[in-house]
Amino acid sequence: MVRLRSVLYGGAALAVILLLWEGYKLVGSPQGWSVNEVRLLPRADDSSMPHVWTVAERFTQPEISAEGSSSVLVAVLRAAWFSFRISLAGWLGGVLVGVALAVLMQRFRTARDALLPYVVISQTVPLVAIAPVVVGWGGQLAVLGQPWQPWMSVAVISGYLAFFPVAVGMLRGLDSPGPAQIALMQAYAASWWQTLVRLRLPASVGHLVPALRLAAAASVIGTIVAEISTGTRGGIGRLIIEYAQAATGDPARPWTAIAGAAALGLVVAALVSALDLALARFNPAGA
Amino acid sequence: MTDQSVAAVSLTGVDKTFDAGRAGAVTALSGIDLAVAPGEFVSLIGPSGCGKSTLMRLVADLERPSAGTISVFGKSAHQARLDQDYGIAFQAAGLLPWRSVRANVELPLQVHGMGRAGRAARADELLELVGLAEFAGHRPDQLSGGMQQRVAIARALAERPRLLLMDEPFGALDEMTRERMQGELVRLSTQTGCAVIFVTHSIPEAVYLSDRVVVMSPRPGRISAVVPIELSDRNEDTREEPGFFAAVTAVREALRARASVELS
Repeated sequence: MVRLRSVLYGGAALAVILLLWEGYKLVGSPQGWSVNEVRLLPRADDSSMPHVWTVAERFTQPEISAEGSSSVLVAVLRAAWFSFRISLAGWLGGVLVGVALAVLMQRFRTARDALLPYVVISQTVPLVAIAPVVVGWGGQLAVLGQPWQPWMSVAVISGYLAFFPVAVGMLRGLDSPGPAQIALMQAYAASWWQTLVRLRLPASVGHLVPALRLAAAASVIGTIVAEISTGTRGGIGRLIIEYAQAATGDPARPWTAIAGAAALGLVVAALVSALDLALARFNPAGA
Repeated sequence: MTDQSVAAVSLTGVDKTFDAGRAGAVTALSGIDLAVAPGEFVSLIGPSGCGKSTLMRLVADLERPSAGTISVFGKSAHQARLDQDYGIAFQAAGLLPWRSVRANVELPLQVHGMGRAGRAARADELLELVGLAEFAGHRPDQLSGGMQQRVAIARALAERPRLLLMDEPFGALDEMTRERMQGELVRLSTQTGCAVIFVTHSIPEAVYLSDRVVVMSPRPGRISAVVPIELSDRNEDTREEPGFFAAVTAVREALRARASVELS
């Protein structure tokens, strides 16, 4: 019931956004609205804001006029699938590293004092600054005898963004058991490992699930931005740039790629929700 | 086999000081001598800060004494903890919310590597003992506070300990539930032959439950009096007997004697 309702609400929200779009096109000035040369409202003309149905129609048409060109829908889906796989790799890597760091920081006070500031600082480094470094280092590596692939750089950058919420949320979760529960495990002469498996890990699920959501969002954004800043071809990030360059002659096309990126985000969010349901057993308080 | 000549718990000259940073050291306990016989029920009572919980935690080897020796069934407190010679319960039931009632009772057995079938059988037995057999599959948050505390007691009894350590286990319960739980605890300790060290704030509770009430006073925490309780059987009428009132008065006076010394 709850899921059906959230799907309905999600659909309604999408409909409202589309209606607002068309509504603005109806009443808005084609020149936009400016105060002292500063444009506060966008142009409502067809080349700046194509109709919703124009964008939908554009999906079904060939990508370029050349013979044998596939439809935009196929191109967008292919690019989204490419980016999805990279995001998934980045997310998985980020989650693994985040969980491992959190366990390490929970176990060793020194590790916490030494690492936690750097975990926080890591996120203040701009993505465009790490991208060339990752590409440069990656080029000198070989994984299992295979040369470094461009998508691997993108996945590493995506994981670099994804690990942070997991490390912080997981650490808080591992620290969450109360003094009575800790004393109880001590009284049982439970080892560190037993305390981790029986108490700290299950107790951390309530903190981990929201962290996994944040990590999923971060990995998608990381993938799209990293595709652009490393110049990796094939993904939705690159497609947005390519289509945007065609905007003057073909104003609906950039919006298809943007819609594809939004759909990618929704799919990833839905997958994390499924994971949330699978872990619900450990999380009686949260829904 | 219980060797009647070896004390369940024996503390000799025990001091405990906590390092309080810049404030220097705080003496929580000073010169504690106490012996608890096998099967004996001993309550620790006293105002906040008298170190009664610390004393219990020392016996449990959750804290180490600064001086003196503690032995549990003739072993060091550390060895007794490793050997699971005691069961323990706190004011907060401390049940794991993601586990069923049964799985909560099984927790210590699981930690100590008992097989699945053995655990299930023992958990059923214990839940029967505390009268919660039909709640085995429930989640802790579906249970009342009193029922949760009964699960915690069943869990404490899981390893068939000969010693139970309880830190105000009924402190958060209402008066009616509390009296019923006291009756159950007396029954359980008689049935299992456990020695019990029971920390409490409540004079009637200490008197009702105990063979001896140890009265403690703060700053530094020490034992100021030991009041033996001579009541025959515990039942619903016990709390209305003259002997009960006399014992309550005796404990209260022992507590007040210390308080007046403190004030003067």
